[in-house]
Amino acid sequence: MESDRTGSATGSLAFEETGMVFPDGTEALQGISFTVDKGEFVTVVGPSGCGKSTLLRIASGLLEPTSGSVRADRDQLGYVFQDATLMDWRTVRGNVELLAELHGIGSKERERIAAEAIELVGLSGFEGHYPKALSGGMKMRCSLARSLTLKPPVFLFDEPFAAVDEITREHLNDETQRLFRTEEFAGLFITHSISEAVFLSTRVLVMSARPGRIVEEFDISFDYPRLPELRFDPSFAELCGQVSLRLRGSHA
Amino acid sequence: MTGRSAVQKPGAVRSLTERILPPIVLGSGFVCIWYLLSYGLLEPRRRFLLRPPHQVVKVGFLDWDNFSDILESLWSSTKVAMIGLAIAICIGLILAIMMSQAKIVERAIFPFMVTLQSIPILAIVPLIAFWFGTGQRSRVVVCVIISLFPIIVNTLFGLQSADRGLHDLLTLHHADRVTRMRKLMFPNALPAVFAGLRISAGLSVIGAIVGDFFFGRGDAGIGQLLRRYANQLAGEELLAAVIMSSALGVTVFLSFGWLQQRAIGRWHETTTGAN
Ligand SMILES: Nc1ncnc2c1ncn2[C@@H]1O[C@H](COP(=O)(O)OP(=O)(O)OP(=O)(O)O)[C@@H](O)[C@H]1O
Ligand SMILES: [Mg+2]
Repeated sequence: MESDRTGSATGSLAFEETGMVFPDGTEALQGISFTVDKGEFVTVVGPSGCGKSTLLRIASGLLEPTSGSVRADRDQLGYVFQDATLMDWRTVRGNVELLAELHGIGSKERERIAAEAIELVGLSGFEGHYPKALSGGMKMRCSLARSLTLKPPVFLFDEPFAAVDEITREHLNDETQRLFRTEEFAGLFITHSISEAVFLSTRVLVMSARPGRIVEEFDISFDYPRLPELRFDPSFAELCGQVSLRLRGSHA
Repeated sequence: MTGRSAVQKPGAVRSLTERILPPIVLGSGFVCIWYLLSYGLLEPRRRFLLRPPHQVVKVGFLDWDNFSDILESLWSSTKVAMIGLAIAICIGLILAIMMSQAKIVERAIFPFMVTLQSIPILAIVPLIAFWFGTGQRSRVVVCVIISLFPIIVNTLFGLQSADRGLHDLLTLHHADRVTRMRKLMFPNALPAVFAGLRISAGLSVIGAIVGDFFFGRGDAGIGQLLRRYANQLAGEELLAAVIMSSALGVTVFLSFGWLQQRAIGRWHETTTGAN
């Protein structure tokens, strides 16, 4: 990628020596510094409980860091939660329209935006379904479509596909990557799956066990569009191996 | 399509008979035992204590003079119960919404709710009579007191149990209090509200009948009628009136189940096996 990752101040999302100590004394994050520019897709992997969700909550402004600072283009932030968090009482269309509604966009425009997003995630034909009639993967797609409606310049994903099966996950990965190519947002993605991380990202950051610090950075230079077959490429496997090794080191 | 429905039909018929047959069998058994008690156990002199079913039907239901009395007082009690319930719903929803908005309001109100709930209605009968007289108004007050608690508790629970992630989502997009209530907390509370409503509706019917025993001025409710029949040793009418009051309770319960199905059945999976 042509963007300069070593941190011009122009990043859409920038952490500067960010630290987080919870009121009960738990130190979740320590000295986190990195930036994510438009057109970059950065994935953070790290052991469970190391502070990844906390990192995203800070990035979104839901949580104030206790030290350092964060700059983010939070105007129309995209945030995909670990589970779909849909409103049971709204249809797929209603759920996807929610954010536009909150931002006071008129109903005509809202419908158009929602239809487009639904189409984009491949949920056409299910607009009138309620969440109880959707599979786990479809709910996740709906959630994805919802966060797409405002064309967010910054996109945060907190292990969005952790709860779906392997095949569905790969499908959703392919779709996420396609969205990234067409929408050109700055993406910050959290996952436990190393192959998911390597497949999607321009950069993978490895976090240490608590307190979470960035201990390693891997540039992933495969060309886009990345085809599903890339997952069987020897160089792909080698990169995954390296990340995995470093991750295991950070557990110790 | 037609082939499919042809295949499904026997199943549907079977499930219908499976649902209807057991209560019919049980009901018939019940009637048999009733006859047995009435004719086998009670000597003719004491048979007024439990009249046989066909007598009850003949005197209580088929004699229009009696049956219209029953219906009239039943209607009066239904009105009392529904007015009481409507008032309880308004008060309950408002209080629950207020309590959901500020922890301090919840802490302030809750002890009083629990107190009100645990006061035996008998203990405050004189007070109610003192303030509201001994007519319909007091009966309504009893219904309100008796049905308020489940509405508040259920509504409050429903309002507070909205998903954290959805709250976060609304926060991220700068939703104000009203929007949060309208778009998230209130719809999220609806299933719980309906659960509370079904309980309260039943309680309110009981309240109307019980209230009748203490506050008899004005239109006679079904409680009044029951008492009169008992005093007159009118066994058939008494049993008919009892049957009709339970029918009222069942009807109210089923109507609210139906209402719930209409209102939120499309998106909410009902877990109560009551219909
Ligand atoms: N509100 C809070 N108060 C106190 N401690 C907290 C709070 N939220 C999170 N923590 C602690 O901070 C640490 C990091 O939590 P976080 O949820 O960010 O982990 P995570 O990396 O997302 O884990 P996982 O991979 O399991 O989702 C954990 O030890 C957790 O117990
Ligand atoms: Mg997490």
